[in-house]
Amino acid sequence: MESNLVNMVMVLCVIAVAAALSLAIVNAITSTQIAKIEKDNLEKGIKEVLGANPEDSLDVEEIHDSTSTFVLYKTEIGIAVKTQSNGFGGPIEVLVGFAPDSTICGYKILKHSETPGLGAKAGEWFQRGNKGDIIGKNPANTSMTVSKDGGDIDAITASTITSRAFLKAVMSAFDRIYGSTHETSDASTQEKKGGKQ
Amino acid sequence: MNNSIKYIWNGIVKENPTFVLLLGMCPTLGTTSSAINGMSMGLATTFVLILSNLIISLIKDYVPDAVRIPCYVVVIASLVTILQMLMQAYVPDIYATLGLFIPLIVVNCIILGRAEAFAAKHGAVDSICDGIGIGIGFTLALTLLGGVREFLGTGAVFGQVLQGEDFGMLMFVLAPGAFIALGFLIALVNKIKK
Repeated sequence: MESNLVNMVMVLCVIAVAAALSLAIVNAITSTQIAKIEKDNLEKGIKEVLGANPEDSLDVEEIHDSTSTFVLYKTEIGIAVKTQSNGFGGPIEVLVGFAPDSTICGYKILKHSETPGLGAKAGEWFQRGNKGDIIGKNPANTSMTVSKDGGDIDAITASTITSRAFLKAVMSAFDRIYGSTHETSDASTQEKKGGKQ
Repeated sequence: MNNSIKYIWNGIVKENPTFVLLLGMCPTLGTTSSAINGMSMGLATTFVLILSNLIISLIKDYVPDAVRIPCYVVVIASLVTILQMLMQAYVPDIYATLGLFIPLIVVNCIILGRAEAFAAKHGAVDSICDGIGIGIGFTLALTLLGGVREFLGTGAVFGQVLQGEDFGMLMFVLAPGAFIALGFLIALVNKIKK
């Protein structure tokens, strides 16, 4: 078809409007469902990391600082915190549960884009009974860095950057709630950035 | 009817997008770290491909030549966004693993390539058949590549462990393994076809 200014503008406008309209319709249909799934995931996560059924009425508090946002879900049996840091493939979002005496009672990775088969193993690696077990540890008296950096936690094989990022997310949440009682040894982490994942 | 089968067969074997045309290498190499990821990516692309071929074959007579590429890109991008929202709402598990790669379907050159080379010159029915054929070809290729890489890398296929945990060569899950596995598969497919 011959092109001239009038038909080019017309056709592009019609197509753009049709596209916008169809997107709006699909968005209207799916948005409630998407919001529901995200809410369900979070509630399931809170139950999972605190190891018991929390009360329905959660006290939610958001803390923003210069680099990150923490969302605290306070319950009678502990606090679940949504925290994040930068991993190998992008941001990692972790939900960590702290018991009232500040020991870690569970964690769940909510969002990540780590390498499948390597960094993506973080979802199981640090759970109870696995090699990098952090459950039941208290960051106040445990060195929460990977053993390569002189800490007490075994990093995921061939995924040191992911492991560091994960532990950093946990530690920053801990520091936020219980105050900076523990060195996160950020300096040594920074120096060794050139290593493997 | 005969034509339809010819177009579908053409997409799967003669013009297989991955093994023969070598189109869409970015998602091919990026998403095939496991068989299930490769298959989901292939199916998602097939969905977009069939619909984009259909819509473009329907609007082709009304689109001025000078703006046809922007028009096609808007159509494809809208379809991908719709797919993304639908997956997020109804298959959240698959969305969680593929999420990052879904928006990349927009720039998959198979889709724009088929729009330009086929849908813009053929009728609606033929275009749908071409979309099905190319889509199946792409899905099969990605599943095969994902299966090979998953097996060599972790000793499992579709998450079913066939060999012990220490079997895997880590490299095959990473980028270099994708290139190596793809190269050998292309060689193998060409050998069989001759």
